[in-house]
Amino acid sequence: MELDKKLIGHEFKPFTATVEAGKIKLFCKAIGEEDPIYSDEAAAKAAGYRGITAPLTFLRALQADDPNKGGLLRLLNVDIGLILHGEQHFEYFAPVVVGDVVTCQEKVVDIYDKKGGALWFVVQEMEMKDQAGKLLAKGRGVTVVRNPDAGKK
Amino acid sequence: MATATAPKFADVKVGDELKPLVLPPISRHQLALYCGGSGDHNPIHVDIDFAKKFGFKDVFAHGMLSMAFLGRLVTSWVPQKQVRGLGTRFTSITWVGDVITVSGKVTGKREKDGEKLVDLEVRCTNQNGQDTLQGSATVALA
Repeated sequence: MELDKKLIGHEFKPFTATVEAGKIKLFCKAIGEEDPIYSDEAAAKAAGYRGITAPLTFLRALQADDPNKGGLLRLLNVDIGLILHGEQHFEYFAPVVVGDVVTCQEKVVDIYDKKGGALWFVVQEMEMKDQAGKLLAKGRGVTVVRNPDAGKK
Repeated sequence: MATATAPKFADVKVGDELKPLVLPPISRHQLALYCGGSGDHNPIHVDIDFAKKFGFKDVFAHGMLSMAFLGRLVTSWVPQKQVRGLGTRFTSITWVGDVITVSGKVTGKREKDGEKLVDLEVRCTNQNGQDTLQGSATVALA
């Protein structure tokens, strides 16, 4: 297996995701988060937020709303069982709240291998903007692909 | 847990440690909840047959579940609206049954674009003392 470095620079089709209270509720249950700013509009507003707030790493869950979800794996022609999450970084410019319609744009910024091609690394950057075009957050993620051919001669 | 009240920039010192967060053991139930709650439906985290097919002994936790714990640590110290950045490397796999402790300490203080910023080192560590996530965060304080 060898990943195609010509895919560096590939831009995915932007998509929009609406931030929903029910999704945040389930996300918070999964991570054990009980702060009421994530579930109660009055509590969120009293704490200075525009509405029920999305937890910091919920942004990655918004990316799962992409109608073309799995696009990276199809682009790379890689099986989902071979990937691991290597790194994830977010920069935050404004809180994301319920009702926001967020536009996400992702692109591939680097592809490289280590250990003689046994592991491949795909670096993606992401921007999220609100309905007014205001930048909410930037993300940078590294996907690790385990080469199923590694060690075979 | 109630919303955090932020410390003052002047009161924070490099080397200050955040109160660690010790989490319940990772359960299969939690991984199922996170699968649904995050929209990350990769079966490797919930389907042991699939995990074994790809060479793993068992299912394992989503990296982003542990990163959410880093987020919880930071927002237990300052309100979320004051968080400017959160990032991590996923340095080892978190297995079912692992007991994760989330810890953090102040590594720097600086000013940028008129904001007083504090940089933190944050990490998840398992019951064997092995780091599973090594990350950093930046928060703005008054």
